[in-house]
Amino acid sequence: MSVSRTVVGAHYGWRDFAIQRLSGVVIIVFTLWLLIELLMLPALTYGNWAGLFATMRMKVVTSVAMLALAYHAWIGVRDIFMDYIKPAMLRLALQSATIVVLVGYVVWAFTILWRV
Amino acid sequence: MSESAAKPRPEFRNIHVSQILKYRMPGPAIVSILHRISGALLFLVGIPFILYLFQQSLTSELSFERYQAVVSHWFAKLVLLGLAWGFLHHLLAGIRFLFLDLHMGCDLPSARKSAAIVLFASLVLTALVGLKIFGVF
Repeated sequence: MSVSRTVVGAHYGWRDFAIQRLSGVVIIVFTLWLLIELLMLPALTYGNWAGLFATMRMKVVTSVAMLALAYHAWIGVRDIFMDYIKPAMLRLALQSATIVVLVGYVVWAFTILWRV
Repeated sequence: MSESAAKPRPEFRNIHVSQILKYRMPGPAIVSILHRISGALLFLVGIPFILYLFQQSLTSELSFERYQAVVSHWFAKLVLLGLAWGFLHHLLAGIRFLFLDLHMGCDLPSARKSAAIVLFASLVLTALVGLKIFGVF
């Protein structure tokens, strides 16, 4: 199977550029959302706090924000490695570890959310 | 003509890490590198620590008390203060970059001004968070 990749002017980086900004905006919106939900709690007790995340609305919004955060962190950390880590094998190892860690963070967050 | 032959033109290559301190970086450059450093901090420490606290605070009444015990330790407070700065700087610098992407505030005076605002505002907001964390209000 032949693989054809345009070497120049293909705009392959444009998708990551767009996703980085979109995921950033999602995180900003979630931050404001959470802040408002917190301000509307009568008091910060376990019952109120757990009750907030027991709602389907909070489960969905937090899950979406976590996915956005993981993708955002992937692009950012990958760019750091691309800039500073030149040996290919080391860079590959670090990038692979980053993906594993980020997937772990997402699963962890989902598990916490869906146990409430 | 002979002068240019005697005096070699200066060469500017990518700088090395060891040269960083000798460079006088303008505000926008400081915002940019701090955006990267704060992002790395949030990835390495922020996400796992916040998820741990999130889990402790939500799992049960008992774990909620453990969560309260953890966050009332002075070292945890210090870590949270550092993370608060990382988050606030990353957030404000990110918003600034979104405006630059929309070609707003790209001229030098505006870019310098917005960079100074980001650096200053993130520190002021971090100080406010610090006052809250250490129980001043």
